[in-house]
Amino acid sequence: MSISFRTKPGIVAYLTAGDPDLSTTRDIALAAIDNGADVIELGVPFSDPLADGPVIQRASERAVARGVRLTDVLELAKQLRVARPAAGLVLFSYLNPVVRMGMGAFCARAAGVGADGVLLTDMIVEEAAEYLEAMKANGLAPIFLAAPTSPDARLKAIAGVSQGFVYAISRVGITGTQQKVAGDASELVTRLRRFTKLPIAVGFGISNAEHVKAVGGFADAAIIGSAIVALIEKTQPADAAAAVGQFIAELRA
Amino acid sequence: MSAGSTIGAAVAGRFGAYGGRYVPETLMAALEELEQAYALAQKDAAFQAELDNLLHHYCGRPTPLYFAKRLTGQLGGAKIYLKREDLLHTGAHKINNALGQGLLARRMGKQRIIAETGAGQHGVATATVCALLGLECVVYMGEEDMRRQELNVYRMRLLGAEVRGVSAGSATLKDAINEAMRDWVTNVRTTYYILGSALGAHPYPTMVRDFHRVISREARAQMLEQEGKLPTAIVACVGGGSNAIGAFYEFLPDAKVQLIGVEAGGRGTALGEHAARFQKVGGGLPGVLQGTYSYVLQNDAGQVSSTHSVSAGLDYASVGPEHAMLHDSGRATYVSCSDDAALKATVTLSRTEGILPALESAHAVAEAIRLAPTMAKTDVLMVNLSGRGDKDMGILARELQLEGASEVKA
Repeated sequence: MSISFRTKPGIVAYLTAGDPDLSTTRDIALAAIDNGADVIELGVPFSDPLADGPVIQRASERAVARGVRLTDVLELAKQLRVARPAAGLVLFSYLNPVVRMGMGAFCARAAGVGADGVLLTDMIVEEAAEYLEAMKANGLAPIFLAAPTSPDARLKAIAGVSQGFVYAISRVGITGTQQKVAGDASELVTRLRRFTKLPIAVGFGISNAEHVKAVGGFADAAIIGSAIVALIEKTQPADAAAAVGQFIAELRA
Repeated sequence: MSAGSTIGAAVAGRFGAYGGRYVPETLMAALEELEQAYALAQKDAAFQAELDNLLHHYCGRPTPLYFAKRLTGQLGGAKIYLKREDLLHTGAHKINNALGQGLLARRMGKQRIIAETGAGQHGVATATVCALLGLECVVYMGEEDMRRQELNVYRMRLLGAEVRGVSAGSATLKDAINEAMRDWVTNVRTTYYILGSALGAHPYPTMVRDFHRVISREARAQMLEQEGKLPTAIVACVGGGSNAIGAFYEFLPDAKVQLIGVEAGGRGTALGEHAARFQKVGGGLPGVLQGTYSYVLQNDAGQVSSTHSVSAGLDYASVGPEHAMLHDSGRATYVSCSDDAALKATVTLSRTEGILPALESAHAVAEAIRLAPTMAKTDVLMVNLSGRGDKDMGILARELQLEGASEVKA
């Protein structure tokens, strides 16, 4: 029950919780773990996902429309923890649902269900004092984003407060698939490496085995989000777990 | 992170517990660059001189403070003055900020401008400034707002701006801001985002307020000159809150001057039927939306609520963080006005004074109409008439049955 990458590069799989429904998300997550995902990022659907591209926006909109709540995502995390004690489990959310629950209450509940870490998309290090305190009190790993636009001073601060891994954003932009891994990514990882011994995982636009292999050349793990969410979108719910399982297995090929 | 929390106390851009910066990391370098560039521009006499010169010769400042004699007489109470921001170039206060930020963008060497717009007034102001300064301009606008403020869409296109419709969510202002922020995250290295209200991450709420402070700076001096005293109360509509904060700001130290913000009461008090963030029941709660910590209309799971107002410019789920602070401290009070009352006030002001207010501004007029008869004849009520209503003719024709009818229903 911790965040670790067994092979290089490790695989982090992002899922929008509750798309198409909570029990299917559970089955998909289990299939992803069983086919080689080291860490599952459970995305809390939000009404205003301003850092996300069209694929995750649509998934979020569908899940919000179904009434999926942060409490449901915590319950889902608990089921995953019970079913797969060794998998890494990260809760991924925009701030507002967490603020609504209360930062302290959220961190306590996240720890209670067995999550390893939390990533808040719109939380920056300068604003994070209360968050970090609550995370520490509950033994959770705070994961922060590092961007190609972040100057070294910011990377140092980000690396200094992150635990578990640091999330390096591969390119300037919102989430979504792309043709090839941006040149920004390796430069960012090189700069970030000077400030941390933590694993560095690269995300945004990582969508196939070729991308994963490229990331393996300069970072510790690849984060796959929109490609999985798009696959779920175009697959019948009953077939989604098998499809995602196969997709994850092929990323390692 | 409850109200009164000390989170982020070390960060600039706090208004009491509210404000701050809650954005994707990709934008942080740009916000820091903007903060520094704005601080330098503020100290630069040449920048201020160019802004002042254009505000005067291009935009038409100072705007008049007009005594509404017939309206005052009809209501039989406080003397009503209108601060005529509707007479500014492009027809609303929005140009004060768009011009200031446009000059700042040029100073920073940014050639591509993006903006969001609700009623279209900020979009028109931004498109105008981009034409004036020779900058590329893309404006995001909810498709619902494009439909109901069609005239402003044509104005923006005529001025050379590209208007991009946003169909997500309720296709109104909030959704346009989301899309503008996605554009900014993607093109942050080359693009300047001219945010149109006193919202968003630091330094926007402070910067936008500063560019609109001229409203209260002028009004305070004009009031002293024309009435020999400060007003009893100032009334302004509050969507994001830029015209209101501009109209309030220089009066904040004048403790006796009541400051009254008017939110959109829409068509009911239930969540989704209004945009009254400060409403006691069915109103907003502190939360984070689009970069800032303020009151947000939301459900108990923290999903942001849809909103309704007849006026696109007030139809927004959150409110500028400085207003959240003024609300909590009690320095300003916030009331709401229904769609119907705003429509009636539009007709009343048109027929008593020959002034057609924007539907947004009509919310403030409606509150003045309600309030003035309860005040003494020696009291003075100032309404910030933030914009003119030409853009609303389609809505007014439909709502007031102006088409083919001989008599207006109001």
